[in-house]
Amino acid sequence: MLDLKGYGPALAEGAVVTIELAFLSLALALTLGLLGASAKLSGNRVLTGVATAYTTLIRGVPDLVMMLLFYYGGQVAVNALSDYLWETRQIDFFFQFDPFISGVVTIGLIFGAYMTETFRGAFLAVDVGQIEAARAYGFSRWHTFRRIMIPQMLRHALPGIGNNWQVLLKTTALVSIIGLTDMVRVAEEAAKAERMPFHFFIPVAAVYLLLTAGSELFIKWLDKRANVGVVRGN
Amino acid sequence: MAETAPLICRDIHKTFDQLEVLKGISLETRKGDVISLIGSSGSGKSTFLRCINMLETPTSGDIIVHGDPIRFKHNRKGQRVPADNRQVELIRARLSMVFQSFNLWSHMTVLENIIEAPINVLKVPKKEAIERAEAYLNKVGIYERKDYYPAQMSGGQQQRAAIARALAMEPEVMLFDEPTSALDPELVGEVLKVMQSLAEEGRTMIVVTHEMAFARDVSTQVLFLHQGVIEEQGSPDKVFDHPESERMKQFLAPKF
Repeated sequence: MLDLKGYGPALAEGAVVTIELAFLSLALALTLGLLGASAKLSGNRVLTGVATAYTTLIRGVPDLVMMLLFYYGGQVAVNALSDYLWETRQIDFFFQFDPFISGVVTIGLIFGAYMTETFRGAFLAVDVGQIEAARAYGFSRWHTFRRIMIPQMLRHALPGIGNNWQVLLKTTALVSIIGLTDMVRVAEEAAKAERMPFHFFIPVAAVYLLLTAGSELFIKWLDKRANVGVVRGN
Repeated sequence: MAETAPLICRDIHKTFDQLEVLKGISLETRKGDVISLIGSSGSGKSTFLRCINMLETPTSGDIIVHGDPIRFKHNRKGQRVPADNRQVELIRARLSMVFQSFNLWSHMTVLENIIEAPINVLKVPKKEAIERAEAYLNKVGIYERKDYYPAQMSGGQQQRAAIARALAMEPEVMLFDEPTSALDPELVGEVLKVMQSLAEEGRTMIVVTHEMAFARDVSTQVLFLHQGVIEEQGSPDKVFDHPESERMKQFLAPKF
């Protein structure tokens, strides 16, 4: 039996942090991706500009740099704002940047940019005739979007979403550098203290592998469901 | 008092960039009319049909659906756009369209395709919408396919499902955009037969078609379009047997 030298519970807690972080970031990334793609395709110049600036900026900066910038830089900004508000208006405003929230927001922002591109491509892949039929039957823009575009787009987006999700899951390991005790951080501490890196990092790797392999099965199942109305050429 | 015309189009013009595709097309229907629009590719007949339900916005001209004229305004770029999108949606719901490539929603079953717009656009209760859908599926002869997805059916069956979808709106006018052009020759008949039965029931239909036999036998009125204008117009007898315009004569001449 694997002896984790008393680090077992801490590692398990770290794994829970990793999973929570990943799912919350995914929810944020999907939301931002949908908004970003809608903005890019809206035909409105301001919205398109904002979304393009967002994806260009995020995709051009390393994830690690983003995270450090957001966590330390964010706290500095909050401090400055707090001082300013107190000195000028006597408003008491302050909050401490929570590493968990910072992690979710940073990872959500980063993957929101990738999801934007995934969704944009998927929306463009929807057959024009499908949308035209909706318009011809008196659907409002919102109804067309919700009932026709979204379900049809998802079919095209699923492989990309699955891909982004796997990368996102592994990117959560970066939060250990901003002081969040995820699975990687616990393993690192244990490995140093016990001088047994393999002993602790291999189980961690196994947990990531389990999660990604499990997601892959789930995505496959989703893909099958989404493609229910599609007959593939033989 | 005379019955209100289901659809009147007055002097419709449509220009894409510099190209004038429609140069003033007018049309007036009475209830039960079957109007065939014929003409070679590029004559503007499909564009005209798409202008009727505002899939294309006419550059000028009026569209009046059962006495209700579509209102227009000009946007900042000076383009003509509908003044009230809600009005356009309501009018579209009264003019259901059958497309050349069917355009059934591929993620929905046949039944779901047919009840979608009645429930969400016309606000028909779900139970009633299903009953209605089943009745129309029976009528077009594919009731037993109601739980199939479009891609699991032949082109002829898909087009009949699309016709059932159009019927379920109980529209003022049905618009058909080359409904048999994407079908294998042996499947054309089943769709034309359904359309003929609709004509016999007295439904008002506007049909863009290359099926001359259908235009001759089923229509009450035939419009021959050439380069964006109506070259010849009248009863099938007149247009097919006694055409006045040179173009129409050429169009009808045996090709080989």
